Amino acid sequence: MPSLKELRGRITGVKSTRKITNAMKMVAASKLRRAQSQAEAARPYAEAMGRMMAELAAASRGSDASSLPKLLAGTGKDQVHLLVILTSDRGLAGGFNANIVRSARQLIRTLQDEGRTVRLLPVGRKGADILAKEYPDLMVERVAGTEGRDVGFDKAEYVGKKIVSMLEAGEIDRCTLIYNRFVNAMSQIAIQLPLVPLSVAENDNVDTSADAAQYEFEPDEATLLASLLPRNLQVQIFSALLESAAGEQGARMTAMDNASRNASKAIDRLSQKYNRTRQANITNELIEIISGAEAV
Amino acid sequence: MPLRIEIVSPEKRLVDRQVDMAVVPGMEGDIAAMPDRAPLMLQLRGGVVALYEGDKIVDRYFVGGGFADMGAEHCTILADSAQLMSELSADEARDRLRDLETTWAQIEPNDVDTHDRLSREIQSVRAELEAAEGGASV
Repeated sequence: MPSLKELRGRITGVKSTRKITNAMKMVAASKLRRAQSQAEAARPYAEAMGRMMAELAAASRGSDASSLPKLLAGTGKDQVHLLVILTSDRGLAGGFNANIVRSARQLIRTLQDEGRTVRLLPVGRKGADILAKEYPDLMVERVAGTEGRDVGFDKAEYVGKKIVSMLEAGEIDRCTLIYNRFVNAMSQIAIQLPLVPLSVAENDNVDTSADAAQYEFEPDEATLLASLLPRNLQVQIFSALLESAAGEQGARMTAMDNASRNASKAIDRLSQKYNRTRQANITNELIEIISGAEAV
Repeated sequence: MPLRIEIVSPEKRLVDRQVDMAVVPGMEGDIAAMPDRAPLMLQLRGGVVALYEGDKIVDRYFVGGGFADMGAEHCTILADSAQLMSELSADEARDRLRDLETTWAQIEPNDVDTHDRLSREIQSVRAELEAAEGGASV
């Protein structure tokens, strides 16, 4: 049985742990609000971009696939897959990063079983660390995450440009983005979103309104499409980064809430043990005194 | 005022209001968005978007390239970056221009893509500088 002093020490220890987890929970909650409002502010751009993409894709649908930009139609091959994997830079966020890595691992295995080549572009330190250990030969580059700060568009721009340059150089044929979609503070879903070739097909069916065909383009469709596509890619990555950032804070908040609750339980248990031990000590002493007195 | 103008940058929506006319800097020249125009999709160069109420300019924004989607009742500007003219800083633009020109001097002469991109960026920053200096004197 541990001594009273030891128990006291452990109770203080768990109490200070609870203080820290509680503080982290509060911080995560306020960061979550920030991340959510940032995601909200970025939505109009993404929506307008989606509308324009749908119009343009509809307008250029008549032309044959080989003349379309690779970003829209793909390279026509299906051999090399690039996986862009968004994780956080910091841990202590429950299963946030593990979920993504698991989803990535599954996809890598499926693709490799089909005989395809897989390359990895992880964004964020946590995922990069794990994946670099498991698949050192597949890594293209490690991109630093946001380190808990606000997500800047420059990050999405960088990743987007990287993808485009690899695609243009013929190093990759397809690209998939794996990230956590924010559902609510309690749950995030790991999503695999195909970036290349772009899947606008379903949007433009919805958007084929009467005036769609009458759009004028300046410069012509092809030029406009060629400059809009990379931007669209960046916007998709940007909104995924924002979702992932919000998800990270949500996951951390939940995880820290659980940790605080566990700590409280542990404190209760330890206090009970402490009181029992104290009482047992007193009883023992009393018995000793009484039996000593009886013996006389 | 039947024309709804929106200026959105990737990070946020800057403007969402009704105006009579908006003049936007198209790649091949300035174009005015007015009510009841035919739908047009336009690529933008770096330049100034002027918002008109009646004959008067009520606001000017600088956009650093992007796209515009115009229709009968709306004009949506997807700007790579956007700023109110009065908030532009000539010094900061001058610094960026200097950086870009240094990069320009260093790149490979036959790297056409980088040349293209850089020249567009330089043009945009020049326009910004001009706008900032012009804006200060008005």
